[in-house]
Amino acid sequence: MATRRKTAADRPPDRLTAAFRVVGKALRKVDATAKVVGATKFADDVALPRMLYAKLLRSPHPHARILGIDPSRAAALAGVKAVLTGKDLPIPFGILPVSQDEHALAPDKVRFVGDPVAAVAAVSEETASAALDLIHVTYEPLRPVTDATDAVTHPEPRIHDYGDGGNLHKLIDLEFGDVAEGFAAADLVREDLLFFEGSTHLPMEQHAAVADWSPDGKLTLWSSTQTPHYVHRALAKVLELSPAKIRVIATPNGGGFGGKSDPFSHEIVVAKLAMLTGRPVKITLTREEVFYCHRGRHPALMWVKTGVKRDGAITAMHFKSLLDGGGYGSYGVASTYYTGALQTVTYHVPRYKFQGARAFTNKPPCGPKRGHGTPQPRFALEVHLDKIAEQLGMDPAELRLKHLVPPNSLTANWLRIGSMGLGPCIRKVVAGSGWKEKFRKLPHGKGIGLACSSYITGAGLAIYWNPMPHSGVQLKCDRGGGVTVFCGSTEIGQGSDSILAVIVAEVLGVDPFDIAIVTGDTDLTPVDLGSYSSRVTLMTGNAAIQAAERARDIIARHAARKLELPAERLAFAERRVFDVENPARGLSFADAVQLAEAAEGTVGTVGSYTPPASPGRYRGAGVGPSPAYSYSACVAEVDVDPATGIVRVPRIFIAHDVGRSINAATVMGQIEGSVYMGLGEALMEEMAYRGNRNVVHKIPSLLEYKSPTTLEMCDVVTYVVEDPDPNGPFGAKECGQGPLLPVPPAVANAVYDAVGVRIDVVPITPEKVFKALRRKAKGEEPRFGPTAFPDIPWPDPTRVPPPWEGGDGKAVPLTPGASPGLDGARIPGHAPGVRDR
Amino acid sequence: MLRLPSFTYLQPSTLAEAWRMKADAGPDGAFVAGGTDLYPNMKRRQQEPKVVISLMGIPELAGCEMRDAGCVVGPCITLSELSILPSFRRSYPAVAHAAELVSTPLLRNMGTLGGNLCLDTRCNYYDQTYEWRKAIDFCMKKDGKICWVAPSSPRCWAVSSSDVAPVMVAIGAEFRLVGPKGERVMPAGRLYANDGINYLTKHPDEILAEVRLPAPDGWDAVYHKLRRRGSFDFPVLGVAAWIDWDGADIADARIVLGGVASWPQEVAEGGTTLKGTDLSDEAIARAADAAYRPAKPLDNTDFDLSWRKQMTRVYVKTALEELRERRRSTRKPS
Repeated sequence: MATRRKTAADRPPDRLTAAFRVVGKALRKVDATAKVVGATKFADDVALPRMLYAKLLRSPHPHARILGIDPSRAAALAGVKAVLTGKDLPIPFGILPVSQDEHALAPDKVRFVGDPVAAVAAVSEETASAALDLIHVTYEPLRPVTDATDAVTHPEPRIHDYGDGGNLHKLIDLEFGDVAEGFAAADLVREDLLFFEGSTHLPMEQHAAVADWSPDGKLTLWSSTQTPHYVHRALAKVLELSPAKIRVIATPNGGGFGGKSDPFSHEIVVAKLAMLTGRPVKITLTREEVFYCHRGRHPALMWVKTGVKRDGAITAMHFKSLLDGGGYGSYGVASTYYTGALQTVTYHVPRYKFQGARAFTNKPPCGPKRGHGTPQPRFALEVHLDKIAEQLGMDPAELRLKHLVPPNSLTANWLRIGSMGLGPCIRKVVAGSGWKEKFRKLPHGKGIGLACSSYITGAGLAIYWNPMPHSGVQLKCDRGGGVTVFCGSTEIGQGSDSILAVIVAEVLGVDPFDIAIVTGDTDLTPVDLGSYSSRVTLMTGNAAIQAAERARDIIARHAARKLELPAERLAFAERRVFDVENPARGLSFADAVQLAEAAEGTVGTVGSYTPPASPGRYRGAGVGPSPAYSYSACVAEVDVDPATGIVRVPRIFIAHDVGRSINAATVMGQIEGSVYMGLGEALMEEMAYRGNRNVVHKIPSLLEYKSPTTLEMCDVVTYVVEDPDPNGPFGAKECGQGPLLPVPPAVANAVYDAVGVRIDVVPITPEKVFKALRRKAKGEEPRFGPTAFPDIPWPDPTRVPPPWEGGDGKAVPLTPGASPGLDGARIPGHAPGVRDR
Repeated sequence: MLRLPSFTYLQPSTLAEAWRMKADAGPDGAFVAGGTDLYPNMKRRQQEPKVVISLMGIPELAGCEMRDAGCVVGPCITLSELSILPSFRRSYPAVAHAAELVSTPLLRNMGTLGGNLCLDTRCNYYDQTYEWRKAIDFCMKKDGKICWVAPSSPRCWAVSSSDVAPVMVAIGAEFRLVGPKGERVMPAGRLYANDGINYLTKHPDEILAEVRLPAPDGWDAVYHKLRRRGSFDFPVLGVAAWIDWDGADIADARIVLGGVASWPQEVAEGGTTLKGTDLSDEAIARAADAAYRPAKPLDNTDFDLSWRKQMTRVYVKTALEELRERRRSTRKPS
């Protein structure tokens, strides 16, 4: 990256801290007041003259062939202006280039209850709803696939005619070093089976979109999307329009959490309806339809086997995951890789094998939910380590502290670690929670548990392969001293607009509230890939620093001439440009901008950011690399009622290494919000389906899909750890997803500490605890969890020697005569077990 | 978004006017009080009245009056009002407590006592949108022929989900119903039938006009509620326990369960087994066991049904223990 900015590594940390005026302060979000007073315009607030309303007819069958659709009666209903079916939008799309398996309206087959089949535009929502009932669809039902195990055992009928065989969408087999040898060298080898239930994002705002087709042949789409750039591409493809004729405006999202990161049927449908009718068309999904859009957490069955030395040092790890993907690909291939990618970035794993499978099932598609594919394996790994620590007679905090991945190192799977603040994080929560006085010492029913995690700060690769920057910023300085920042990033409530303001204000010495932020508009803003993978602060931040420093250089050049000083002696602060050695000598920022504009014309600059290339060069190395990794440690306190199995979590201690806090208030908010979402997944959230009743979603409503409210939320004690990363803007790393990860395993480990039963499944509901307690009382294994991992036809492994075994990041050919994948992979029904050596 | 269908909204100011409007509307008419039950159901097309007649403007259905012989409560009092009235809280803490456990503050500000007592039975095959129900080919409670909870059953198994109703049955409250053809007063339990569809014995044109509570004299009652989230869920189990004390012993007792049947389920054996005892641990265990056996939760609410059944024993036990504790603490001074 050709930037002259100073990074954390260039300066000693104390000066770095002292130098900040804006960065690191707890500031109000730039868009907060409008949100609080209800002035923010969300997608559903967009109203245009002559606007029509769209509704989608959805499949009542989980799996069926469409034999015919007769929309004539609906089209004839008074007030109906257009009816669409699959044949009107025949081009498939999908977020990943390898999974272009969705249609805006199903042309010949439906794959879950709720799959869109037809669409109506009418003068009112009521008329559009009434018209849906008049569309006659003839279906031929097919056997539905109810879950991942069912998909493994029933390859036919196939849900899609692509993938890695039968109803298996994707199979992955990666091996970094000889794990068998690693297990042989261990003092203890332990295997565990765990299951992580699917959950959904539950944003407060339901998805909504409005499309307008202008008389001069230009399409504008307002949508509550986290990824306007990808929606732009999907619209161009499906509607066969030049991208130059399409403008996508991402309205402020009333929460996203990953659920608005795919291009969706309803976005394409309103665009097509607007083109057909020549009138603006709006759709606002019902809550039930949001459950059908889903793209949430994949239910994941996981098997993990780890060898350790007596001091807890890991000798090898083998991890298997089976994901229930739902009816379409979505981000699923990436999600599957993610269930195996980040095991290696917390504790040193010298040899590592990962086998991952994603199944197609007849349910709403799973995709990226906060933590994307990593909370499931993190739950498995951290509970597994808790059990290992107990067997070794070690304190689980000590075990972890002893074997941390070193900073500035490579992992077995070729991920490059930069700053690594997990050690301080663990020490913070251990000290704050009184861990040493409480662990295994609390009265029956009270428990304490610890878990750690790490997460990427932005995916190292874009969704589609291209050599261009991941984020771009344009910056314009106004003669009056205001600054406008243009960036394609999307404000989903996480505070990304404020991050741009704070960073530019820091560099140019102006007030963050003097900065106008223009984001998420494909006509006005340079591309940013979107609000996903915790990439926004790091990538837009670096692009914004570059643009702002370029503007500062221009302004400094002319201010220096006026002040008769070398430009290097100028400082930008308090809306002034002045001599660092004699602060009284200076100009106002506005005057300095005017000097620059008089001399050089409009003061406008650009900045952009491309992540560093990853050292891993094997097939599959694209998922996991990141410019920086955040770290979290968590201690959960629980109260378990042995009579009922009800678990309450009074308090959670969480420490998060954010590298550098850009806005202390939003960092705190993101950490607490992550804890909240993790707590819901730990205790109650569940995408439950009725497999025996047409695979309907059991509870698609805000009342019956159980998620904690503020009253169920625990107290949170947050510690922000700042271990600046050279790749982050001012050293910043992510904080919006990572802190979710350790919460479910910390709660599970605390439940064990409280009542001595292992719940190897989330959510940890009272029924499960109650059953495990009964088993314990009967002298059976005090555990609730899965008992078998199905037999999966794994492919030949990709073998990549780890860096310390002479690898170069590339795969090596299979040894002739070797029988790959035999180690545990083809043996069905592994019961969790332990082997002492 | 999910929209209310169009309907005519009428606001009578007398009972006579309300009956006339109902007669005019026929089967398409429905009475409404706070609307927190009816309107969401209408959005989901579980009920499709064309004419909705509000009872909130009829003065004689409002208010709460403490009399020597007990208390007379107008059914249109909101749950919030009822649960914060100081005199009512003092005399009927179990009723006030049950009322304040209903849903959320916002819904209690709209929802009424009468509405909670006449609450539609609930089932997660039924409390779904029209489109969802279409995917299971509907159920017998609305638009369909079968009860998906128990497909071979001739009846509907939707669940009584009122928090206040079990308490009313337990404490021996009476309801006055008024209709165009006259009025009748009945023990609270007689308002309910164990049928998910015909769960009320009230005629459609009858209006619940008064809730009469016995004088708070020598008896005590508690209500314990089991649900996922204390912040707003319906009960998956409610335990109302009532004890008429005769000195240190029990003269009479009733245990009524909510959330386990289509009506507030009185467990007669639970009450009889307590009579003459002083609520010893053994007596409590016997009563809890008696309540556990007939409780038949089905798979149509939140939580696993076998666990819900197990919890009957636990919740009856803790309810009775609380009553014993209260007795001990009030008798200490004398």
